[in-house]
Amino acid sequence: MSAPLLSATGISKTYAGGGRRIAALDNASITVGRGETLGLVGPSGSGKSTLARVLLRLIEPDAGRADFDGVDLLSLRGEGLRATRRRIQMVFQDPLAAFNPRATVGSALTDPLRIHRIGNGAEQPAAVARLLERVGLDPTFASRAIHEISGGQRQRVAIARAISTRPELIVLDEAVSALDVSVRAKILDLLVGLQREQGIAYVFVSHDLAVVRAISHSIAVMDAGRIVEHGPARDIVANPQSATGRALVAAVPRLLHA
Amino acid sequence: MSVLSRLLRSPEGAIGLALLSLLALMAIFAGVIFPDDPLSIVGPALVQPFTDASLPFGTDRLGRDVLAELVHGTRASLAVGIAAAVVALVIGSLVGTLAGFAGGLVDEALMRVVDAFQIVPSFLLALAFVSVAGASLPVVVLAIALGAWTAPARLARAEVLSIRERDYVAAARVIGMHPLEIALREVLPNALGPVLALSSVIVASSVLIEAALSFLGLSDPNIVTWGSMIAEGRNVLRSAPFLSIFPGIALMLTVLGVYLFSEGLAEALAKRRARA
Ligand SMILES: Nc1ncnc2c1ncn2[C@@H]1O[C@H](COP(=O)(O)OP(=O)(O)O)[C@@H](O)[C@H]1O
Ligand SMILES: [Mg+2]
Repeated sequence: MSAPLLSATGISKTYAGGGRRIAALDNASITVGRGETLGLVGPSGSGKSTLARVLLRLIEPDAGRADFDGVDLLSLRGEGLRATRRRIQMVFQDPLAAFNPRATVGSALTDPLRIHRIGNGAEQPAAVARLLERVGLDPTFASRAIHEISGGQRQRVAIARAISTRPELIVLDEAVSALDVSVRAKILDLLVGLQREQGIAYVFVSHDLAVVRAISHSIAVMDAGRIVEHGPARDIVANPQSATGRALVAAVPRLLHA
Repeated sequence: MSVLSRLLRSPEGAIGLALLSLLALMAIFAGVIFPDDPLSIVGPALVQPFTDASLPFGTDRLGRDVLAELVHGTRASLAVGIAAAVVALVIGSLVGTLAGFAGGLVDEALMRVVDAFQIVPSFLLALAFVSVAGASLPVVVLAIALGAWTAPARLARAEVLSIRERDYVAAARVIGMHPLEIALREVLPNALGPVLALSSVIVASSVLIEAALSFLGLSDPNIVTWGSMIAEGRNVLRSAPFLSIFPGIALMLTVLGVYLFSEGLAEALAKRRARA
């Protein structure tokens, strides 16, 4: 078996506020295989978003290490960190909040290309058009303002932005939770298609085990900042070992009969 | 376009815009309406206003045309007021954005500087600066801006503190954008709205400070300003009160115009936002 793409070990993060200390992450460890999806499930407040943001270097953990394809992720600084960001991207829950209110679809997609010098200024409009087509949007969307398009279209643009730098890993934090059920299914299809085509690994964060089950190869269950269960998706859904895992499975009755 | 029409529909906006347009026209075309030096002597001293058709507002102690002085004074007042406000807003929003975005020691240091400037009353600050650096137009502009940049700095910092936690700033970091570009391109433009709302207050107070400085003789002696006209007229306040009253009214109309305009604009923008 080859080395995993990402292995994070012993990640801890405590928030001190109002005289109380909240252990948002308590010695959490996960591994993600190349081209595979790790589903990260757990009840609200269990630390999923905190872990996702630690992996993106948006939050600095108190302890732990993360190895990404041989790179010590948590020790990167400045220019080196910014260059490595090309390889790890993120899709946020609220697609409206994830874009500058002044952005257009085109400017949002051109920014990563410009920053990582992917193609020159003359080639970038064509690259933007290809990205839009790949996520199922008409290339004429490039001139639209972000606030003019629908939530589902915006999340497609967010996915286009995430794949624009040809990353090896995309972290999706509740990326379909805010979408209508019908839109959600189409976005999941798009993600699965992209993974097959480009070999992208996903960390797919959700509180909804049914959605996670649909696209994950393995699953990590979180509760109160700890990873309480980590294994192949099939095993965890069929035979959850932790109390949290059992509760999550029980909350989705149709999984029991699948 | 729709903001303009909404602005014109509110009485404050319409009156404010009319006043400011009139003043702006006077400032721009002062040299066309009164091509001669407003400081040159054109008639007998102390002609009462509304008695001589060629000198409608009369003359001052030296026989200079009061109307010509007033119109040329508009230019100095507006130019100084607007320039000082622009300088104050630019410095303030840059400092506030950097402080809020950088956080930590940088924030602490910059905000202590803001405190230091805010403790001194802005008029005293301007007075001290002009008396040391000498009375010229750029010095006066800078002197006024020195006392006015702290409010926009504080406001910009508060906005930035809330904006930097938003997802789109995280998204900008994720795509590898440089922190300086994030601060100036992603954060600053979105923090600017409330800061710009301060601009009218700053313009109005800058016009008043300029007038007060020139009243005290701290302005370029070769430029007519309303403040120096009032100071001039003070010597003959009993016999020729209009010499002080006319520039006083001009000052009042300017400040009123700026306030009404900003009220109307704020309302028009709020309505647009409510509709969007
Ligand atoms: N900036 C913060 N300051 C204080 N506490 C926080 C902060 N962010 C998250 N937390 C706390 O950490 C815990 C985990 O939060 P989060 O990672 O958002 O959970 P999830 O995404 O699983 O719902 C929660 O108890 C939350 O209240
Ligand atoms: Mg969350």
